[in-house]
Amino acid sequence: MTDTPQAGTPPTGPETTGHEWDGIAEYNNPLPRWWLITLYATIAWAFAYWIAYPAWPLLTGYTGGLLGYSQREAVLGEVEAVRRDRDARGQAQLASASLDAIRADPALLRLALATGKAAFGDNCAGCHGGSATGATGYPNLQDDDWLWGGTPEAIERTIRTGARSGHGETHLGDMPAFGRDGLLTRAQIQAVAGYVLSLSGRPGTPAATLDAGREVFAGTCAGCHGETGTGNPEMGAPNLADAISLYGASPEQVVATISHGRKGVMPAWEGRLDPATIKSLAVYVHGLGGGR
Amino acid sequence: MPARSVSKHMTEGEIGLGLSLLVGAFLCALASARAVDAPFSIHMGLFALAGFAGLAALVKRYEGRPAAVPQEIAGKPHYNLGPVKFAVVAAMVWGIAGFLVGCIIAFQLWAPSLNLGIEYASFGRLRPLHTSAVIFAFGGNVLIGTSLYVVQRTCRARLAGDLAPWFVVLGYNLFIVIAGTGYLMGVTQSKEYAEPEWYADLWLTIVWVVYLLVFLATLWKRKEPHIFVANWFYLAFIVTIAMLHSVNNLAVPVSWLGSKSYPVFAGVQDALIQWWYGHNAVGFFLTAGFLAIMYYFVPKRAERPIYSYRLSIIHFWALVFMYIWAGPHHLHYTALPDWAQTLGMTFSIMLWMPSWGGMINGLMTLSGAWDKLRTDPVLRFMVVSLAFYGMATFEGPMMSIKAVNALSHYTDWTIGHVHSGALGWVAYISFGALYCLVPWLWNRREVYSLKLVEWHFWISTLGIVLYITSMWVAGIMQGLMWRAYNALGFLEYSFVETVEAMQPYYLVRALGGVLFLIGALIMAYNLAMTVAGRTAEREALSGSVGLAPAE
Repeated sequence: MTDTPQAGTPPTGPETTGHEWDGIAEYNNPLPRWWLITLYATIAWAFAYWIAYPAWPLLTGYTGGLLGYSQREAVLGEVEAVRRDRDARGQAQLASASLDAIRADPALLRLALATGKAAFGDNCAGCHGGSATGATGYPNLQDDDWLWGGTPEAIERTIRTGARSGHGETHLGDMPAFGRDGLLTRAQIQAVAGYVLSLSGRPGTPAATLDAGREVFAGTCAGCHGETGTGNPEMGAPNLADAISLYGASPEQVVATISHGRKGVMPAWEGRLDPATIKSLAVYVHGLGGGR
Repeated sequence: MPARSVSKHMTEGEIGLGLSLLVGAFLCALASARAVDAPFSIHMGLFALAGFAGLAALVKRYEGRPAAVPQEIAGKPHYNLGPVKFAVVAAMVWGIAGFLVGCIIAFQLWAPSLNLGIEYASFGRLRPLHTSAVIFAFGGNVLIGTSLYVVQRTCRARLAGDLAPWFVVLGYNLFIVIAGTGYLMGVTQSKEYAEPEWYADLWLTIVWVVYLLVFLATLWKRKEPHIFVANWFYLAFIVTIAMLHSVNNLAVPVSWLGSKSYPVFAGVQDALIQWWYGHNAVGFFLTAGFLAIMYYFVPKRAERPIYSYRLSIIHFWALVFMYIWAGPHHLHYTALPDWAQTLGMTFSIMLWMPSWGGMINGLMTLSGAWDKLRTDPVLRFMVVSLAFYGMATFEGPMMSIKAVNALSHYTDWTIGHVHSGALGWVAYISFGALYCLVPWLWNRREVYSLKLVEWHFWISTLGIVLYITSMWVAGIMQGLMWRAYNALGFLEYSFVETVEAMQPYYLVRALGGVLFLIGALIMAYNLAMTVAGRTAEREALSGSVGLAPAE
């Protein structure tokens, strides 16, 4: 660093202010013209905007502006316009028509599928996945295996009231914790798990275990899951004889399910979504491929 | 001057600070023992430890110091550079930590499972750690360090206060430690860029007031007739941050022995106060403060006079007057009343030229010295920072226009905008200043290797370009997907589909961040070698890169 005047300063040129700080001088160049004009232009624009739109707070209100603009009114107007547009397309009919009637009318069906797709992405995809294929603990809605029934009406009811959701009409029925609550011994659980795996054709269970497991199954499990293990949608008891398992089909996972029980929760959507949207969702989910 | 022996005794300041540290440390230890939650207990323990360590340092310093510290030696000011050196080193260390955490969370956005299921590594805790580390720890130490240097040099006076400057830098960094460890433990008041809880805020208030007093008192005892332009900007930064910090952090603790508090404002009023704070943290911390750095280091490095005194005075007052109104543009299309949104938008537009005044003054200062850009990568850092500054301060007003904001708000466009300002402007002007300052502070002729500065420049510039272009594309795509309707009037995409579409851009952004981090590591090595007194041998023999400035 140097205390001498700056080496690069030309002998002639713009005036400096005459001060110097730690070797730094300042020219006194005028404000660039384009800069000043642009500054004034933005200020003029601001004044014009203030005259046209709500701008300055007053003691008991604010200046409203000549255009009478209100964001709240504008949004309400847009919402109203969308509502009118949808009504013109038959949205109001969705709420009153039966599920069968909706599925029979091509225009209504198209509207219901569009409504259902949009609603599914924003409300259901979080658990069931964007393509509705589910995950461990969250049912796949693309297949034809249904815990609580796969007719359009059954699907609508499930969406409306949820499962174990606290809704007054919700689906109830837990799988008990047979191990934790001491209902079955460890050996019995191992045996019945082997038997359950054999129901869906999964090999690897010794014959002696199968016999013991069959006995436990008949006495303990068949009440809900049925003699042949094909399940009961009335109680949300899954079909154990197909290749689909909500909580996994490894021997360890099946033993865990029997030992600790299962009671997955699906929220009730009644009150959170309007009836037309719930119906549309039922039609959409039913139409994904596995509806009965 | 004949040497006169002065009997050595403790000053009033030393006794007062020592007693305060003792009492404070004791009270903190007590609070730590009786705390109602674990983080508060740990933090009070940290405060107590810091208090006792400060006391020990005070005594040790007393034993080693001469009877009186001279204000001048042989007619020249005896500058106080210790606190400046500390802040410079702290800035470099925190900078690398902050950039690293930024890279980690960028990869987490690309693949969320990278949080490894650990609460301390979750995005919600690391994100404020990243923003606070880069803004307040890196940026704050650069601002405090350079301001304490510049105010001395341009006032031709030693810093006011004997212990106070040390209290400022050490106290500020203690605040950073409390804030950062708090985030990791889940302590937050959930106000963006003002996350630290009430006790950390109180501590920062004390430190900041001392900082203001040191700065003002140094200006007061200046040997120059006029106050240099950089010092106006530093002062605006210090005063306004004091005001913003105190108002936005008004809160009532649930317990005096616990970490949780609730703000005194609620609802839309809380939101407005928060963004009045948030936007002016950008305006006065990240703009005014770093413009101060520009006004000293650019003319100093270019060895040219500042382009226009008149422009500096007009754009200074226009900037400070208009910035303070612009916060509501963060709350367009919310419950905030129409009139407040209008004011936020129109003042943001009027702010465009006042912001650009700083860029013009910086760039035009180089007229007659443009050839130096070819040979001096340090100056190039500063010039490119001004280009990014100009770009970001055009983009900002544009995004504040309601029609544009309707597309850009809540998208990654905002993230891209912030980073073109943060990486391109704030970090680059800081890098330039640190490359100047380290050789000056440690009495070296030049940095260890200008060639490494070149590498740093090009690697990090590539990183910035990857970062902001990927975020522009991602953000605009996001905005367009959110508002896309199908023929029946339904949203075309669900939210999760728009998230999925971002994934490739998030990877590009993360890689850009890694390049920026690599550049900073090169810089840290270069500066460490400079402090160690080494020079890259070949460069010393052959001149930097074989190019000489044009005459």
